[in-house]
Amino acid sequence: MISIWFFIGISLAVNGALILAAGIYELIYPPMNATVVLFNLHAGVWWGAVLLLIGLLYCFKFAPGKSA
Amino acid sequence: MTPLLALNVPARLVHLSPVDIVIVVFYFVLVLSIGWYLKGRANTGEDFFMAGREMTAWVAGLSFLSANLGALELMGWAGSAYQYGILATHWYWIGAIPAMLFLALVMMPFYYISKTHSVPGYLKLRFGEPSRALSAVSFAFMTVLMSGVNMFAMAKVMQIVLGWDINFSIWVSSLTVAIYVTLGGLRSAIFNEVLQFFLIWAGALLIPILGLYEAGGWTNLKLQIAHRASEQYVHLWSGLGSFTTNPMGIHWTGIVFGLGAIISMGYWTTDFLVVQRILAAKDIRSAEMAPIIGAGFKMMVPFIVILPGLLGLAVLPEKLVPESVAAITGGHSYNDVLPLMLARYCGPGLLGLGVTALIAGFMSGMAGNVSAFTTVWTYDIYRPLINSKGSDHHYVNMGRWTTIVGVLISVGTAYLVMQFASIMDYVQALFSFFIAPLFGTVVLGMLWKRATGWGGFLGLLCGTLSSIGMWAWVKFDPSALRYVALSPHAKALAQDMYQALWSFLVCVVVTVAVSLATEPMSDTALKGLVYGLTDVPSVGDVPLYQKPLFWAAIVTVVFIALNIVFW
Repeated sequence: MISIWFFIGISLAVNGALILAAGIYELIYPPMNATVVLFNLHAGVWWGAVLLLIGLLYCFKFAPGKSA
Repeated sequence: MTPLLALNVPARLVHLSPVDIVIVVFYFVLVLSIGWYLKGRANTGEDFFMAGREMTAWVAGLSFLSANLGALELMGWAGSAYQYGILATHWYWIGAIPAMLFLALVMMPFYYISKTHSVPGYLKLRFGEPSRALSAVSFAFMTVLMSGVNMFAMAKVMQIVLGWDINFSIWVSSLTVAIYVTLGGLRSAIFNEVLQFFLIWAGALLIPILGLYEAGGWTNLKLQIAHRASEQYVHLWSGLGSFTTNPMGIHWTGIVFGLGAIISMGYWTTDFLVVQRILAAKDIRSAEMAPIIGAGFKMMVPFIVILPGLLGLAVLPEKLVPESVAAITGGHSYNDVLPLMLARYCGPGLLGLGVTALIAGFMSGMAGNVSAFTTVWTYDIYRPLINSKGSDHHYVNMGRWTTIVGVLISVGTAYLVMQFASIMDYVQALFSFFIAPLFGTVVLGMLWKRATGWGGFLGLLCGTLSSIGMWAWVKFDPSALRYVALSPHAKALAQDMYQALWSFLVCVVVTVAVSLATEPMSDTALKGLVYGLTDVPSVGDVPLYQKPLFWAAIVTVVFIALNIVFW
């Protein structure tokens, strides 16, 4: 049976990748009128990377077929 | 338990980008995939209603916590933090932690070894059929009505935050829940609740991190709140010596005895919506550890719920107002503080994750309501009262159909609330009537062997009726608040505290009096159900760090320390 933690890994990895990609896009092409406070911190980049990393770790550790 | 009531401001707070929409759609695809994957593992009654009783302590514990961590809960308490300050934290600390530990160490062994399917099921074993019938019928109807009320409130939130059509929100979310719970039963609901737990933290954690950065740290935040509101907004206990020296208008006795000793005990130990998750644990150690794990994380929830409300007080340029004022002026209400903070710090992608966390919170809360309703209907109403001779397969089919019917009743309730908004207040009040007396009945049943069937039934009935009576008294004569809540200055939350306390006491007094006047039950009949007549099973020969008592002690120390730090 696939572990619940594997599904969580998929969720975090996919969301992290999408947020990271959106963050990098805004880093390269900054919006003309950024409405987000603390835009200069580029939270999407590092938060997306953290989620992606945790998600990949979960996917690897709890992959179907592995006894975790 | 949710302070988020009417939402009448037709404004749109955030705009989703394409990547945000992809994240939301991905969530729906994932939960439906989980339901589809689990459909082959819900063929027996134990599988469908109890998730096979094979959940680990972590899964059961996070699911136990998630069932209570709905979107309206998050937004409502963030709004309460803006309105009342850090006092709202009491609902997460003294209003939860002692009760969770009490459930783990004192009550869980009895629920678990009796192998009951539900809390009403325990009442049947301990007090007989009348107590079960009263408890089951009230729980089933209140749960499914509450689900509908929450569904409408959430659809309204989606309209305000995202501009989504109410009908679209109601039908998409309810059909999704109906599909994955019908397919996978309780296991599917639990899996999605654990997923929701992670999404909520992933989506909400950035707000306090960036908010504290903007405010210049906790010390500066306190100074700004003292300047814009009052110094009492950042103190947990120091203003509770009088009804008039704190923003909530409550005395410490209401918090300690009403909230800590009665309401939270009633909710966390007898509300089947949350207890059902623990009953699915794989062994006694997991069943005891699960609420302790839940308590550990519950202590941290104020960081993503209360702190954003406090940050809103300090950094938002506009002043938020009550719902009634916002409806007239078109401004933002207290309950908008969480989406406002989300929009303040979150750009494309992050915003989608935050909105997904809110949707996930709502859907898993609804799935929790529906799965608990399904179990109580099938095992505590249909089987004993309508058809006691069905096969296991028949009851599983009944469970699947009940899931669909439960969702449809919820949808119907949501549309009823849309037509008659005052129903929302009545249903939420109705739900609270049963919690405190039920705790009195269950805890006396577990701890006092002299309690009899008639004592339990009449105590539960009188406690519930007294709660309804007090509520109606204040409703029709607001000046009665000085008697029910001990002060004319008491706010609605304070009234709830004292109403629960008195109804609990009525339940206990009636149960004791009637029990002493009726014939005691035999020790044989009470074996496995009452302290003193039951060999409480050991968690086994495990190292100290695996013992529930060890972790309960750690949680207790942290709980006390937090209350002192924020005194």
